[in-house]
Amino acid sequence: MASTKMKIKKSAEGGHDVMVLAKHPMETGLRKDKKTGEKIPAHFIKTMEFALNGTAVAQADLGTGVSANPLISIHLANSKSGDTITVSWVDNMGESDSAEKTVS
Amino acid sequence: MKRRIFLKGSVAASTLAVAAGAGLLSPTRVLAAAWPESAFGPRPEAEALEAFFGSSDVVESDEVSLKAPLQAENGAVVPIKVMTSLANVESIGVIVVKNPAPFTTGLEVMGGGAGAMYSARIKMGQTSPVNCYVKAGGKIYMTSQEIKVTVGGCGG
Repeated sequence: MASTKMKIKKSAEGGHDVMVLAKHPMETGLRKDKKTGEKIPAHFIKTMEFALNGTAVAQADLGTGVSANPLISIHLANSKSGDTITVSWVDNMGESDSAEKTVS
Repeated sequence: MKRRIFLKGSVAASTLAVAAGAGLLSPTRVLAAAWPESAFGPRPEAEALEAFFGSSDVVESDEVSLKAPLQAENGAVVPIKVMTSLANVESIGVIVVKNPAPFTTGLEVMGGGAGAMYSARIKMGQTSPVNCYVKAGGKIYMTSQEIKVTVGGCGG
């Protein structure tokens, strides 16, 4: 169900840009189901952790204000070819997913 | 804008001093922490800053830049990109002033040379200034840009 994609791009300033696309509805909890009129419960990614060779380097904190299917990207200055970048996220319902890629 | 931030800052600073004096202040959030629940939700900007950065003393700076559209056609997906040339970035926070829950997203940096750039796609309910904060070397720097929204995207 869940699928998370990662793209690593070499950056002109050195290091790499890591771009992550997570498939997620990011429900705010404010929207109503048009047919039943019931509120759709909030469902959103809370934290997304980036790790470089197994060491956490950054954590993105997301909330309901982030668009559905979040596309998050960060810059890593110290990454080099052959390094492994792992990204993993957890949502408010305890679901999680991760992706791993080696820097080419 | 500057005056407003100054006022907010000074009010928050004085409450902070009172809280510290009374020994009520918990230490600044631990790194690699859990989701900062006290920053999210329908809280005013200064309160969210206090919760996320541990301070709401802010300076405007050219070293923080926000790349975002001037006008967003669809408020449900507004791409924003925060860039900074500051060294020792500790965290980055994005606040959409007029959203029901202003604190939108943040990045906590733990090392590895991360922090020079953070981008995400955010929801905006209406035209609003988007404030970006970068904490580096213990100080908070910010920049702001107004994004016009023609169709809101906060549901409801």
